[in-house]
Amino acid sequence: MTPEQALLETQTAVEMITVVIDGFEVTVPKGTLVIRAAEKLGIQIPRFCDHPLLEPAGACRQCLVDIEINGRAFPKPQASCTIPVENNMIVKTQLTSPVAEKAQAGIMEFLLINHPLDCPVCDKGGECPLQNQAMSNGRPESRFEGVKRTFEKPVAISSQVLLDRERCVLCARCTRFSEQIAGDPFITLNERGALQQVGIYEEDPFESYYSGNTVQICPVGALTGTSYRFRARPFDLVSVDSACEHCASGCAMRTDIRRGKTLRRLAGDDASVNEEWNCDKGRWAFKYLTSRERVTSPMIRGEDGELHEASWPEAIAFAAKGLKGKRAGVLVGGRATVEDAYGYSKFARVALGTNDIDFRARPYSEEETAFLSSVALGLKTTYKDIDKADQVVLLGFEPEEESPIVFLRIYKQFRKRALTVISDAPVASRGSVKLNAKSISDIKTISGLTAKSVILVGERLAEKAGALSSAVDLAEKSGAKLAWIPRRAGERGALAAGAIATLLPGGRPVSEASARVDVAAAWSVDSLPTNPGRSTTEILHALTVKNLDAVVVGGVDPLDISNSALSQLLNSFVVSLEITHSSVTAVADVVLPVAAVIEKSGSFQDWQGSTRTFDKAITDSLSRSDVRILSMIADEMGTPINLPTVAATAREIAALGNWDGKKIAFEKTSEAKPVIAEGKLHLTSWRLLLDLGTLQDGEANLAGTARKASARISKSRAEKLGVNEGEFLSISSDLGSLKLPVEISEMADDQIWVPRNSIDSQVIANLGFVSGQVTVVKA
Amino acid sequence: MSKLTPVLSANWDEKDSFTIEGYKRNGGYNAVAKALTMEPDAVIAMIKDSGLRGRGGAGFPTGSKWGFIPQGDNKEHYLVVNADESEPGTCKDMPLLLANPHVLIEGIIIGSYAIRANHAFIYLRGEVVHVFRRVQQAIEDAYKAGLLGKNIGGKGFDLELTLHAGAGAYICGEETALLDSLEGFRGQPRLRPPFPAIAGLYAKPTVVNNVESIASVPAIINNGVEWFQAMGTEKSKGFTLYSLSGHVNNPGQFEAPLGITLRELLELAGGVRTGHKLKFWTPGGSSTPMFTDEHLDIPLDYEGVSAAGSMLGTKALQIFDETTCVIRATLRWCEFYKHESCGKCTPCREGTWWLVQMLQDLEDGKGTEADLTKLLDLCDNIAGRSFCALADGAVAPIISSLKYFRDEYLEHQRNGGCPFDPVASTIFKTVGA
Amino acid sequence: MNFSLDQLKIMDSIIARYPRSRSAVMPLLHYVQALDGYVTPRGIEKISELLNISTAEVTAVSSFYTQYRTEPAGEYHVGVCINTLCAVMGGDEIYKSLEDHLGIKNHETTADGRVSIERIECNAACDYAPVVMVNWEFYDNQTPQSVKDLVDSARAGKPTAPTRGPKTLRTWKQNSEVLAGLSDGLANEGVSAGEASLLGLKIAKGGK
Repeated sequence: MTPEQALLETQTAVEMITVVIDGFEVTVPKGTLVIRAAEKLGIQIPRFCDHPLLEPAGACRQCLVDIEINGRAFPKPQASCTIPVENNMIVKTQLTSPVAEKAQAGIMEFLLINHPLDCPVCDKGGECPLQNQAMSNGRPESRFEGVKRTFEKPVAISSQVLLDRERCVLCARCTRFSEQIAGDPFITLNERGALQQVGIYEEDPFESYYSGNTVQICPVGALTGTSYRFRARPFDLVSVDSACEHCASGCAMRTDIRRGKTLRRLAGDDASVNEEWNCDKGRWAFKYLTSRERVTSPMIRGEDGELHEASWPEAIAFAAKGLKGKRAGVLVGGRATVEDAYGYSKFARVALGTNDIDFRARPYSEEETAFLSSVALGLKTTYKDIDKADQVVLLGFEPEEESPIVFLRIYKQFRKRALTVISDAPVASRGSVKLNAKSISDIKTISGLTAKSVILVGERLAEKAGALSSAVDLAEKSGAKLAWIPRRAGERGALAAGAIATLLPGGRPVSEASARVDVAAAWSVDSLPTNPGRSTTEILHALTVKNLDAVVVGGVDPLDISNSALSQLLNSFVVSLEITHSSVTAVADVVLPVAAVIEKSGSFQDWQGSTRTFDKAITDSLSRSDVRILSMIADEMGTPINLPTVAATAREIAALGNWDGKKIAFEKTSEAKPVIAEGKLHLTSWRLLLDLGTLQDGEANLAGTARKASARISKSRAEKLGVNEGEFLSISSDLGSLKLPVEISEMADDQIWVPRNSIDSQVIANLGFVSGQVTVVKA
Repeated sequence: MSKLTPVLSANWDEKDSFTIEGYKRNGGYNAVAKALTMEPDAVIAMIKDSGLRGRGGAGFPTGSKWGFIPQGDNKEHYLVVNADESEPGTCKDMPLLLANPHVLIEGIIIGSYAIRANHAFIYLRGEVVHVFRRVQQAIEDAYKAGLLGKNIGGKGFDLELTLHAGAGAYICGEETALLDSLEGFRGQPRLRPPFPAIAGLYAKPTVVNNVESIASVPAIINNGVEWFQAMGTEKSKGFTLYSLSGHVNNPGQFEAPLGITLRELLELAGGVRTGHKLKFWTPGGSSTPMFTDEHLDIPLDYEGVSAAGSMLGTKALQIFDETTCVIRATLRWCEFYKHESCGKCTPCREGTWWLVQMLQDLEDGKGTEADLTKLLDLCDNIAGRSFCALADGAVAPIISSLKYFRDEYLEHQRNGGCPFDPVASTIFKTVGA
Repeated sequence: MNFSLDQLKIMDSIIARYPRSRSAVMPLLHYVQALDGYVTPRGIEKISELLNISTAEVTAVSSFYTQYRTEPAGEYHVGVCINTLCAVMGGDEIYKSLEDHLGIKNHETTADGRVSIERIECNAACDYAPVVMVNWEFYDNQTPQSVKDLVDSARAGKPTAPTRGPKTLRTWKQNSEVLAGLSDGLANEGVSAGEASLLGLKIAKGGK
């Protein structure tokens, strides 16, 4: 047993301690801080620097209380945020100790002498711990008659975070968060004494993917979000619990609405998932709803080739007519809710009589189809397994870029106990650097995994032939836990809902007759289609060669699939369900507006398979969920799917339950290494968290913190190419080229890495693929 | 026969006292040879038995500190010497290092051997370049002489010694701030526990000792416990450096047994500046509450000074005569603490900001009597409320000056300003006066 | 402008003194000051790179300590102790007369770049009050006139020697190099101890 394992073992047996606080007994686990134990009794000790997820600082001194142990009193009040409970401890807070009460009032008075007291113009006013605690635990009036400290204000520490230093109480929550939680120590306390202040190094702004959390945990109005600054008063906002639609991490969220408009989003609390954090994309990327032209009314393409507004009955009838009796497929994007995906799945089988459906608007493989059909839904790995892991293996997966809360959980363990992380990435991302990840190039070389190890597989592993098979093999042989973490929020739920050719809802194999019978019975239809369904590119190909006549497209950006996908839609009947006008609506025959996440209820399944439900945040929205519209079309076609509401859909999904019958065996594929021709380099790519993704549209402050695109090559390759750091490379394939500055990195000589969908680096559009052989020369 | 007992300073008057040759000529490094024949635990026991207490201010028994280091824990141990002498009035370690750096190195070798440390550090304040040169040269010479490095004295003991320059921060004299600074962070005090003996430098068991404490070790090893215990008082054993400065005729260093009085020291220093009389003095630097001429006969040991309401501190006796405005002195000290506050905790950072403004007003005669009550209340809200002792030091001169010179504060108000002529207190004024 | 290979080698040797590299941040900052006269952006960026810490973390450290400067010091940096004891003994008068004499204020440098001044805190030489430090060398028992003479000699390029220090006053940059731990070989110059340091010893020897 390693020391780490021993530590984990001891954590299971928790010793309990009983203390007396203000005359009341409370029993808490050993190690609990006095301030937390008091909370259990409902006793609120005022505090600023204390935060339950940060290491104790004891800096602000606001939480001073009197403490006595075994009859011996501390000679002076102690910071309750730094002292763990002990047996025979008696604590007197401000409620019962005049000394503690005076000490706290004294600290509060000190904190306020240099505070501008500009609450009426401060964003934090109304939800400010300083304001609130000054009222509850401060003196009625200040005795300070001197000169206050002033600073130039505000300082933009990044394009999305502003700093008003004179409001700061120097609790160091923000700097501790950046260092301890995010691993991004780009903001620090600078200077000292009364001039101490939060700051950045001038040339390097606070460009952390998690910077928004510092705004949320700032106990005063010192850190504010650029986009929200001066926009609203907290008491005018209606807060609604929601779930994040940006990735599969599964963050609990809070959406703040004023008069039907989202003003801001905050991380919600969920100790088992995102704790109290989220990423900046989840926090700030919500303007996509309003950034582009919203589809406000159903539209039908007329004889003139233009889209014209139509009534709902007209449009539904038009869609139904175009689909009825036709050979049609369904493409549903990875952003669909579980209920909507279920609607598409049922619509395909019942109304269109086909298994031609796929949620994968991205590169994938037959091997992945097999993996998803037989392995993925059976995986039970959770965040908790990461917390306890002895090693974490990342395969085709960059947690910080593709599922940021997964990154935070791994980083937490890395920081706490130097958790070993292994990555198959060809070059170290910043996340990998932070985790000190060991690089491996061949999955087969990984050894030493145990039943406590965790293998996290990303959707990109499908891009390497045989790699998913090797990952499954590795898990089987070592007993390690396996997880599949797709990038998008809806993919796991869409898989579970059967929005894929091979599976019916609940993981029922289409190929199993008994599964089909089950579902047919539940759906009150005679039978379900048995023909093997097509996948995304097969559907697109079938449309091109007229093996399919029509397609229903919900929330797909064709450029996520290939640079020819859009043109493949051109000669068929296209029904588009969309929030905003897009390249698909531009070629669609009928466009049906659908509700965005905040306008509807529903749920996502995070990568763990946990359901993250959310309610309508904007209650008076008239927009309809996809499933409702599909149900109307199906009715019109005479092949009803009977899903009139999201709630009804959720009930039906629950009633149907999961498949407990025979699973399809996973047929492994052997690995095939890409062959690199003489003079060529092998290009790989992944998406950066902040990039050109459509859900980030319209938020320039967020985009301002995106990492700049660069092409990463080895030092010796750079020498061979005659380029220095920062000089430009031209990277070309048969289909196109792109030009990027060089970033010299530690990596194999025949490899090149570029971001997948960033400014100046949209590989599908520019090169025609996400990985493959390219010609690289100095530009 | 004076009471003086020059031990550390015994050879400072030799031209080459700071060289390894000079040091060895006077018996230098004999203690190392002796200590290395002893069991490490026996060395710790000897220092414990001697009763040597920390000379950096707190007076914690040095041997006990060494004894706290867990042994057999398979971890690196470190000895760190606090040579960040910056407390106003304190001026003993710098002349010691300038004149005899080798006695410190010898003490370090013995201390490291005792606590089983193989790497020691000297954290020297950065504002004394020539002291840095001397210590660095001494380390280099000790390496050359086989007293540092591998297999010292052929006894299988290895020790690396690194000299580290501070860069101007009084707070780094606080041992945990010093450790953070040495680790390359801002010098802000750490949360305790864990204490340095358990998790100090690089989270490893660490002893932090003052220069004078460690420099006193070789003499104890050489001369024995009884010799050391013969000096000093019951609980404050041995000799120490007393530093007299300010309004005395002959300021300087006086090495004497603990328990000597200011009256005796003043006599050695030629008395208070001729034609003037003692007004107030600090027993151990500016953060020790001030005394007046009532306290001339207090034994200057840990207990004696403490019983009289102050602290022995660094035995930095700053003498001020009747030409000195006590508010001006207090204000200036308070400005120092404001300047040196690390900024981590509220009462120190904000409190000193406020106190300076109040004291300036009081010095300018702008206060009222009610302000004195407020001033004391602010001090009450700062003392014992801060993260470390720096803020306690900041309020000590205020509380003590108000205790002894309340009327002088009121006099400023009646006068509408400071009644003192600052030139009268300067040393140039007395030249020929 | 990049650091030279020799300079980078020295930086590596500084890092090698410590069990953990981050400990080298302070001597490296002293070394950057020795080369550039203050903590320059290129210095911060190089230290960040060498120690694998963020530039913000380097800034956090450099801005904490008063010896690290954000703009160039004069060739001779004159610190006048204005802490209580020195101030009372004459430091305030010395400082004021120095400001008047040079026509510059605290933290400023003369136009010729020769002399900068700073009000400094206690420098551990109280028995030699009033104390002035030039490039962190001791100038004991100063008067307004002696300090005027001192800065005049410095501006003329022939600075008065320190009271307890090397025979010749070195420049601020040269002394910063010493603080980075790079020996200048001058340790043996100067007295063992000043008069005040020896007072007790003399009395003890004299049997008084």
